[in-house]
Amino acid sequence: MSTAATQDTRSDRIVSACIYTALGLFCLAVLYPIVYVLSASVSNTKKVAAGEVWLWPVGFTLDAYKAIFDYKSIVSGFGNSVYYAVVGAVVATVLTLLAAYPLSRKGLPGKGLIMAAFVFTMMFSGGLIPTYLVVDKLGLLNTRWAIILPAALAVWNVIITRTYFMVTIPEELVEAGKVDGCSDFGFFWRIVLPLSKPIIAVNLLFYAVGQWNSFFNALIYLTNEQLFPLQVILRQILIQSKVDPSQMPDTSKLIQLKELQQQLKYSLIVIGMIPPLLVYPFVQKHFVKGAMIGSLKG
Amino acid sequence: MTTLNAERTAAAHQRERTAKSSVGLGLRMRRHWQLYAMLALPLIWLAVFAYWPMYGVIIAFKDYNVVSGIWGSPWVGLKHFERFVESYQFWRLIRNTVFLHVYELLATFPLPIILALCLNTVRRKWFSRSAQLITYAPHFISTVVVVGLLVVLTNPNTGVANQLLGLFGLGPVDFMGDSGLFRHLYVWSGAWQTMGFSAIIYLAALTSVPPELHEAAIVDGASRLRRIWHIDLPAIVPVAVILLILNIGSILSVGFEKVLLMQNNLNLDVAEVIDTYVYKIGLASAVPQFSYATAIGLFRSVIGLVLLVLANTFARRFAKSSLW
Repeated sequence: MSTAATQDTRSDRIVSACIYTALGLFCLAVLYPIVYVLSASVSNTKKVAAGEVWLWPVGFTLDAYKAIFDYKSIVSGFGNSVYYAVVGAVVATVLTLLAAYPLSRKGLPGKGLIMAAFVFTMMFSGGLIPTYLVVDKLGLLNTRWAIILPAALAVWNVIITRTYFMVTIPEELVEAGKVDGCSDFGFFWRIVLPLSKPIIAVNLLFYAVGQWNSFFNALIYLTNEQLFPLQVILRQILIQSKVDPSQMPDTSKLIQLKELQQQLKYSLIVIGMIPPLLVYPFVQKHFVKGAMIGSLKG
Repeated sequence: MTTLNAERTAAAHQRERTAKSSVGLGLRMRRHWQLYAMLALPLIWLAVFAYWPMYGVIIAFKDYNVVSGIWGSPWVGLKHFERFVESYQFWRLIRNTVFLHVYELLATFPLPIILALCLNTVRRKWFSRSAQLITYAPHFISTVVVVGLLVVLTNPNTGVANQLLGLFGLGPVDFMGDSGLFRHLYVWSGAWQTMGFSAIIYLAALTSVPPELHEAAIVDGASRLRRIWHIDLPAIVPVAVILLILNIGSILSVGFEKVLLMQNNLNLDVAEVIDTYVYKIGLASAVPQFSYATAIGLFRSVIGLVLLVLANTFARRFAKSSLW
């Protein structure tokens, strides 16, 4: 910027220093717990308990991770979570695109009314029990669909996606398509979708992360442990400290698990944290842009 | 930029108007049938999973039982609402819910604004990029894991927080079991998780500030602090007001999942909020009371909606910025 050319005053330099320090502290506060847990998860149990671990691992070992992979419901929970994240994200993204595109088009009769019907649900909802009764009535309880369908559309994402379409697909392009004899379906499929990769990526990421992180729907709609997502298992072990002996192949492993119980929690946190954190830096650029467009013009 | 957009939309409106007057409504709808076909699936979803439950809310005014169904169950008027308001739980739930939310609002509302203003003034690209990357990250960590982190880090025997206290000769503190600490832990771990991501929206507002304003201010000899105060901050205010309104609307529905996860028998006197109570008597209890739980939930939603409308009216009148 042009300020580089002008001389900073003394007070400006003090302000700058304060800003850099504040940002540095923010980052440190965010990073420290994450780094600590990572280190603790690969450190010797006794050293962690004795308080010798502050930042870097002490007495490197992967025992806790080995124990995790013997615990059946963690493995199955991981698999279920991947399933819910992938299928859930695809279903939800398709629904969102189908809702957002028509609502972005100028001159669609009834558009305002439909949009209002969507937005109203952000401010008022039936609440916990009536929603549960609907899911029950549809016969979805204890099926994978109970996790995927009720979460299959987020109005906020529809708004962001619609705004993206309004900004990136100019009306002139629609008219040009019409002149060339393109139907609405054809235009959507051949012109709109190829131009919308960033917003599709944002939707997929948001829905997938949402599914990966959610536990409450599973808590109320599922009783079959085979269908539990990872978060429900994490809650049992991490927060309720419940370790289920029937989940271990043999007793010697169970004893080992008991010894490692505290350690196990560190490695479980890492396991629960890693997948979304791995994906997000790659799509960060897109979602920041998407969120910005949506928030400014929504 | 904005004026250009305005002109463009004005032209489009003109076009639209001429199109409307020349073609009848029925014909225009038929011409767009493919767009309606696309909307069919999302609308079915909306009807089933958003509006059907709203219809189900009438069980709050009935004594619902599974056999007779929603329609067959007898009407009981406001019985369940009266029972709730008169119950000994009532004031405790209201107090806990409002306290937690107001505290959360006061503590976490200014932080993203400060973060965004800081990020915006940093001129070294690599520094602001990595600061953003780091501060967004916790947003992607699940509530279960965040609460798990709290449990592990504050463990009285092995947690790093207590080891730190130990260095100063203080004692182990059972953070999670202390009802006096519940609110602080809840609010500040929430700040840790959401601060970075909430800053995005303010950063977006800051990008709309024309750089000429800053250049002119520099020429006039304005210090950096003055420029933040007089140029950057006013650009953020409209967005901040809208977010504040939304927050006030949800004052009775605090982050329910996280409260549920952080609850234990030791902190329940401050940790029980309306939503967790609804869950407990409605679904988690051995004898679920569907109608009573729905009534409490409805009570909460209606008050939330009223607060939202009030806050919006207030903001429109005094801050000239509103949701609608």
